[in-house]
Amino acid sequence: MNSTPIAPTLSDRFWRLANPKIFMGWSSKLLPWIAAAALASLCSGLIWGYFFTSDDMRQGSTVKIIYLHVPAALMAINGYLLMFVGALVWLIRRQHVSVLAAKAAAPVGMVMTLIALATGAIWGQPMWGTYWVWDPRLTSFLILFLFYVGYIALWAAIEDEDTAADLTSVLAIVGAVFAMLSRYAVLFWNQGLHQGTTVTMADGAKQENISDAFFQPLLLSMAGFGLLFLTLLLIGTRTEVRARRLKVLQARERIE
Amino acid sequence: MIQLFLRDIGLSVRSGGGFGLALIFFLIVVTLIPFALGPDPSALAVIAPGVLWLGALLACLLSLDRIFGLDFEDGTLDLLATSPLPLESVYMAKASAHWLTTGLPLSLAAPVLGVLLNLDYETGKILCLSLLLGTPALSLIGAFGASLTLGVKRGGLLLSLLVLPLYVPSLIFGAQAVRLAGQALEYDVALVILSAISLGAAAILPFASGAALRINLR
Repeated sequence: MNSTPIAPTLSDRFWRLANPKIFMGWSSKLLPWIAAAALASLCSGLIWGYFFTSDDMRQGSTVKIIYLHVPAALMAINGYLLMFVGALVWLIRRQHVSVLAAKAAAPVGMVMTLIALATGAIWGQPMWGTYWVWDPRLTSFLILFLFYVGYIALWAAIEDEDTAADLTSVLAIVGAVFAMLSRYAVLFWNQGLHQGTTVTMADGAKQENISDAFFQPLLLSMAGFGLLFLTLLLIGTRTEVRARRLKVLQARERIE
Repeated sequence: MIQLFLRDIGLSVRSGGGFGLALIFFLIVVTLIPFALGPDPSALAVIAPGVLWLGALLACLLSLDRIFGLDFEDGTLDLLATSPLPLESVYMAKASAHWLTTGLPLSLAAPVLGVLLNLDYETGKILCLSLLLGTPALSLIGAFGASLTLGVKRGGLLLSLLVLPLYVPSLIFGAQAVRLAGQALEYDVALVILSAISLGAAAILPFASGAALRINLR
């Protein structure tokens, strides 16, 4: 066979992005832009939501908690989804960056879960007259929080990096299956106070959905939270990559 | 595989194996509940299904780190890994031995202890049945958790942290079945889902656990 170079396919090019060196390159260029976009959409979404929308007829000004509560809850779930995907990619393709991204996503997702739970409790007190009820949604979030804590604890407990990456990935995948199961189990267990999904893109149940006046700033702050998550994720992953490089350097120094 | 299964049962029944420990722990939990909540029989009957399920779950948790722990320390597990038996089968043998020595006795003891909590006879039968169907999932999930935390020193707390969220669906459906039976309502659905969880765990977790064992023995 002649040594004619094979043209890289699209998928090759895609996976090359996960090469640590190339990842550090494009993420450092992209990071300021994403961070700026996150800041801009968060500020505008929250300021619009808090100061330039009217109070709700029944809920008064407490309705404004929605601008923190819904995006945080959304990111809490997407964070776990991202961990699941990162774990799968690591187990199948052994891409170090993907498992480091999963590792970096865990604390961010955990804090998002906490924000959703805390704002939910603060919102629940005036609306339902109680901070906490054992409602399906609330309970699933508490369980999701436990999953995050377990994942982080397992990372911290195992010394060897690759072993830790493998074991936490197995846990993330099994955990994802059980998280779905718990989600439906708690529905069976208790009918709750929490309202159903009212933020959908579909036109179908228009009357059930929240009105546009609240929806537009909400959409903006949802995008803001998404970008914020991405920013923190990139920073976290870059830190992990650097920590790995540092360890390698230290090990090399000890040998020499 | 059968040899390994019998060996594990033998080891755990002998003294220091923790066979009686789970049962005694279960008895202690059930005895302490009335002291904490008051001796009113009707109130106890209401909480009995939940308490008995929770007690069985916690008792099951006690002996989890023994499933692989001792074999990992003295090198038996390394020998098993090099034997022709796949680690998935090792996991199944150990999980079923764990179930036979904790889940089964706990299920049989639960209706008897239910008498202490004013649980009536018919509900007691459902309790026994739901535990029989549900505890295999507890052993399987627990053995999976044990294979994850194998290399961690003093991994007991970590093991419970990892395993408890995975126990939630089984606990919900198990206790729900008994509660529904206590109110003379339909409880079939809960029992069916409970057994579905056990069967699903038996179908999926051997592979996850085999992978985890292989990683830990690397």
